Amino acid sequence: MALNILCCVKRVPMTGGRIVLTADEQAIETRHLGFTISPHEECGVEEAVRLIEANGGSSTVLTLGPPEAEEQLRDCMALGIDRAIHLLAEDEFDGQATARAIVAAIEAERAAGTEYEIVFFGNESADAGNFQVGIRVAHALGWPCVTGVKAVALEDGGLRLEQEVPGGRDVYRVPLPAVVTVKEGLNLPRYPSVPGRLRAKKKPVESSTPERGAQGVAKARLVVPVDEGSQTEVLGRGADAAPAVVELLERVGVLG
Amino acid sequence: MTAILVLVEHDGGAADDLSRQAATLARGYADAAGGALEAVLIGPGGADAAAGLGELGVAKAHVAEHDGLGQFAPQAWGRTIAGLVSRLAPAAVVAPGSERAAEVMAHAAAITDLPFAANCVSATPGDPASVTRVRWGGSLLEEARLHGGTKLLTVAAHTVEATPAATAATTEVASFTPDLADADLVARVVERAQTGAGGGISLADAKVVVSGGRGVGSAEGFAAIEELAGLLNGAVGCSRAVTIAGWRPHTDQVGQTGTKIAPEIYIPCGISGATQHMAGCKGAKRILAINTDPDAPMIANADYAVIGDLHEVVPAISAEIRKVRGT
Ligand SMILES: Cc1cc2nc3c(=O)[nH]c(=O)nc-3n(C[C@H](O)[C@H](O)[C@H](O)COP(=O)(O)OP(=O)(O)OC[C@H]3O[C@@H](n4cnc5c(N)ncnc54)[C@H](O)[C@@H]3O)c2cc1C
Ligand SMILES: Nc1ncnc2c1ncn2[C@@H]1O[C@H](COP(=O)(O)O)[C@@H](O)[C@H]1O
Repeated sequence: MALNILCCVKRVPMTGGRIVLTADEQAIETRHLGFTISPHEECGVEEAVRLIEANGGSSTVLTLGPPEAEEQLRDCMALGIDRAIHLLAEDEFDGQATARAIVAAIEAERAAGTEYEIVFFGNESADAGNFQVGIRVAHALGWPCVTGVKAVALEDGGLRLEQEVPGGRDVYRVPLPAVVTVKEGLNLPRYPSVPGRLRAKKKPVESSTPERGAQGVAKARLVVPVDEGSQTEVLGRGADAAPAVVELLERVGVLG
Repeated sequence: MTAILVLVEHDGGAADDLSRQAATLARGYADAAGGALEAVLIGPGGADAAAGLGELGVAKAHVAEHDGLGQFAPQAWGRTIAGLVSRLAPAAVVAPGSERAAEVMAHAAAITDLPFAANCVSATPGDPASVTRVRWGGSLLEEARLHGGTKLLTVAAHTVEATPAATAATTEVASFTPDLADADLVARVVERAQTGAGGGISLADAKVVVSGGRGVGSAEGFAAIEELAGLLNGAVGCSRAVTIAGWRPHTDQVGQTGTKIAPEIYIPCGISGATQHMAGCKGAKRILAINTDPDAPMIANADYAVIGDLHEVVPAISAEIRKVRGT
């Protein structure tokens, strides 16, 4: 069964060991940082590529973000995604506005003749962590939605999905079309090949500029949490530190 | 009087920890807004759990009863909350910081077309309400204005201490039947598959976690980490650099997109301390970092440190433990 699959990804900075904010406290200072997408979303992209390799069809990646987010679209296409949709936005959209823009894009695709059977999202975005965009899109489309998925299988024309819960895995079976939000651990994403990167440069990216509209969750400012300023006690250097470590373990009461 | 609703998740006939935390924030919100704290309980055993909510200050508990709510069905749960939102017009619905509660609230938000703020650490009533929520798995905070006739939010796990109400309430228990459509039950749990693991100590519950990062260098290098974890009756963890390299399964990964741990002591070996890793080990009581680089962020974040090559330090600690135990 040939499939049309859409993956939604969000460009985010690769923060290091310490977060530094811009002067207006609206964003992370990214002058010295690279960019990426959430590991959850990487797994969604990998799963889409595998499903298309196995069943035939076509895969599309979508992002809502600044012009620079084309980098993430090309990265996904280097892994085997066929084409990209770029919704241009300078400012971050809240969950509701993001979902609205993605739904409009899916409806425009349908009008142009592309009907998706599966839309993959990350379980949550790496930066905002709104835990909602995929679910909102599913409601607008009238499709079922399963979240936090760690195993995907095509079965009887529908999907068998596993979600990790404390103590095991819950299994869902849903018909297509469906929205699936995934988590890292679903698969081990491949690395891009050199030919893959070259091909990605030539793949099509369609862009448009959605309206942001009113923000129901309106960001006022970001704050770096104050760390408790724990003093680090250096127990020693190299193997010589072992007795001091064992003393500590004894004191903590974990030596048994 | 306007109501503030708290979603109570329950297990074995009582509100769970995260729900008690949510109820505590919701009670503060209700006090500030001059409203009454009410609860909503869904799923089997709801009525039993409702009986114990007086201590948290819950004046009224709404218990959903419907044949379709026997197994978890996220959209049906969301529809149940959405139904209460339109029937009671509460000032806010506050839910616990579990992934399941976030999922249910997102469904309720989608059905009612209301804004929804996930993982708040504080909330002040108003129009709009003011909330502070976590981003980047807790490495960053966002102050935001939350709009909507009914404010929908979840409380970030373990950021609010659960406390009983100053004066316990007598909880009135009222059952109701939510209006569910067939479409609400399409996505539902149809079976529970057990994970293979079993037996071992789970990363999330372990009292000791010994983790390895890129500094371990190979899958084989984890033998020494496993040995130390075993001696301490602990679990093995790792960084994302390690899972990407294929040295350990993702189930071992600690961090924002891995497992959140809360041991008595966390021993990261050869892990630099990226914010996304720290997001997973904030709950550790103490951190003992082993790293060659004294300037690694992990060392700055740790309570104790050993500066040195983990390939020497870790076996030396294991040998010392054997020595003091005389084994
Ligand atoms: C959205 C997002 C989510 C992420 N989620 C996670 C997550 O859940 N968990 C996670 O871990 N990461 C996560 N990451 C990745 C994270 O940013 C880091 O890349 C990763 O944690 C680095 O792993 P590391 O510390 O092992 O490797 P490195 O950063 O390369 O650090 C290696 C460390 O080992 C030390 N070292 C080297 N050799 C030795 C030796 N012989 N003895 C002692 N020390 C030595 C070095 O000094 C260095 O400090 C995420 C990233 C993003 C963007
Ligand atoms: N700006 C965006 N562009 C494309 N997809 C997005 C965007 N924001 C969120 N998403 C998708 O929605 C998922 C959940 O995001 P969130 O609701 O913010 O936690 C993410 O993992 C992405 O798959």
